[in-house]
Amino acid sequence: MYRYSEFDTAFLAERNRQFRAQVERRIDGSLTEDEFKPLRLMNGLYLQLHAYMLRVAIPYGTLSSAQMRQLAMLAEKWDKGYGHFTTRQNIQYNWPKLKDVPDMLDALAEVGMHAIQTSGNTIRNVTADHFAGAAADEVTDPRPYAELLRQWSTDHPEFQFMPRKFKIAITGSENDRAVIKAHDIGIQLVERDGVLGARVLVGGGLGRTPMIGKEITDFVAFDDLLAYLESIVSVWNQIGRRDNKYKARIKITVHENGIETIRAKVNERFLQVRPQFKGADMNLLEEIKGHFAAPAFREGSVASFESAYTTDPVFRSWVDTNIAPHKNADHAIVTISIKKHGATPGDATAEQMRVMADLAEEFAYDELRISHEQNVILPHVHKSDLPAIHARLKEYELATANIGLISDIIACPGMDYCALATARSIPVAQQIATRFDELKLEHDIGHLKIKISGCINACGHHHVGHIGILGLDRAGVENYQITLGGDGTETAAIGDRTGPGFAYDEIVPAVERIVDTYLDQRDSDEETFIETYRRVGMAPFKAALYPEAQANAA
Amino acid sequence: MPRAFTPKVVTANDLLEGDVIYQTEDDRWSRDLSDAELITDEAHAQVRLLDAARQANKIVGAYLADAVAGENGPEPTHFREDFRRTGPSNYAHGKQENSPQPRA
Repeated sequence: MYRYSEFDTAFLAERNRQFRAQVERRIDGSLTEDEFKPLRLMNGLYLQLHAYMLRVAIPYGTLSSAQMRQLAMLAEKWDKGYGHFTTRQNIQYNWPKLKDVPDMLDALAEVGMHAIQTSGNTIRNVTADHFAGAAADEVTDPRPYAELLRQWSTDHPEFQFMPRKFKIAITGSENDRAVIKAHDIGIQLVERDGVLGARVLVGGGLGRTPMIGKEITDFVAFDDLLAYLESIVSVWNQIGRRDNKYKARIKITVHENGIETIRAKVNERFLQVRPQFKGADMNLLEEIKGHFAAPAFREGSVASFESAYTTDPVFRSWVDTNIAPHKNADHAIVTISIKKHGATPGDATAEQMRVMADLAEEFAYDELRISHEQNVILPHVHKSDLPAIHARLKEYELATANIGLISDIIACPGMDYCALATARSIPVAQQIATRFDELKLEHDIGHLKIKISGCINACGHHHVGHIGILGLDRAGVENYQITLGGDGTETAAIGDRTGPGFAYDEIVPAVERIVDTYLDQRDSDEETFIETYRRVGMAPFKAALYPEAQANAA
Repeated sequence: MPRAFTPKVVTANDLLEGDVIYQTEDDRWSRDLSDAELITDEAHAQVRLLDAARQANKIVGAYLADAVAGENGPEPTHFREDFRRTGPSNYAHGKQENSPQPRA
């Protein structure tokens, strides 16, 4: 875990002091809203439909128990007793009052957290594989590099007024759990001839014009990586389109100029930038690495785990869905679902946050992670502790065995909270989860990712959902478009639209028809939804969704 | 031909609380849409919006929202305004916490 240096602490204290004064000047009338808005956005404060919203960064998704407890404290003291974990490893508070926000930021600073650059046309919170440092399939832990990127990008003078926002994701594994192909820059750490470096993707993104990131280089050594990334952002900062908000993201710059042109410009810029990096970044990285040293994994018998697995079917079901392999064979990675059937995806109460913090402190070397799929992870757990953890989770409605299943839905806040939304997402997710729980089909259906966005900006990643749902406003009524075949992993793909959208009360039955079609079409219980879709294509799904169109065509 | 003017209310968010507020005929800000002044004249609507914009130390983001006359005052015509006057649908938070306004 990264511990703030004196510099970090002083920097944050100064920023918070400035923002407190800015809030005071807004309240006493010295600042207009036009003057104040860019200042509050720089500090993560939005004004949404019903209230202000504070978006707090959880850098690379990593939290200590003390940090999680402080997030719970904020939820209780200044919000309505809960927080919302987002697809970009942030936590959002939906109900703060303007005058309380400076106190909230000071409270966050006490545990080394902030809301800087969680909004605005800056480099946003750097996200990472939520299994980083624990995954069995990892080349190296990406978090030290992510922390270096956080320090580099925070208040970077060249990158405070860019054409648009800029999002970076990083992973150390071939299996992409960080959706790196849907980010402005995606970084995959790789090793070549014993040298650590990165494969870099550029120009991915969802939203209005979804694009899969393109490889700009298959290898940059660690020594050169920061200079190379700075060159990419710098080239875009210069040639990215500022004339049209919808064409400003780097995905459009790459698309319009072509990846070869961008690569040539970046290489040219790199020659100028590289000499400015004299190795201080590498010294800093070495120091940061020390903060992320793996815990001393304890040894012990796993017999109690094996016996519980054999005798307790509820525990077994939870282990089968919510546990992932750890690099240490006696350990496991636990994903805690904060998506109980019918609950709001990504929401956790203050009490649940404290329970998870306690579990991390007691059993998991004091570490927690937040995933872009809006769940919480205990990355290092000795298998013998799994039964006790499961028992505690059950008491607090945190033991839902649904990771990777149909009810493990990503949903943005949608029109229930967001000022940009065109339709609701949360109740659609709630109803789908409730419906398939009633049908008791969830485990039979198997691996299936549904992702829901309440507007075209795609915070809910609908383009890369196996089933994607996009809520729109059609002539003053909520309407939901469906896409199929999207994929957010290393085999990333943008989903295909099925056809005309569905009304609010038609969307859950439509999803049910899609799932029935899959169950009917799959060639075995082992063939997953996405595999079936890739094999049989859109036609049978379309036939099930639009029987009238089929009848008319006949 | 220009589109016919549809009735409006002036709405905004409160600067300190951040919650939804509506301009009343007697120049107050109410938390309740039914208290709002329903404006049926386009020129008057622009004047009232300017009145609101001058109160930048109290409110944020004033705009004209479509509404219709109901039994107990103005009612929303669009679902977004229906959410704004009520609160989110996943929890009984927001305005519905204090004064339940069942959604049609």
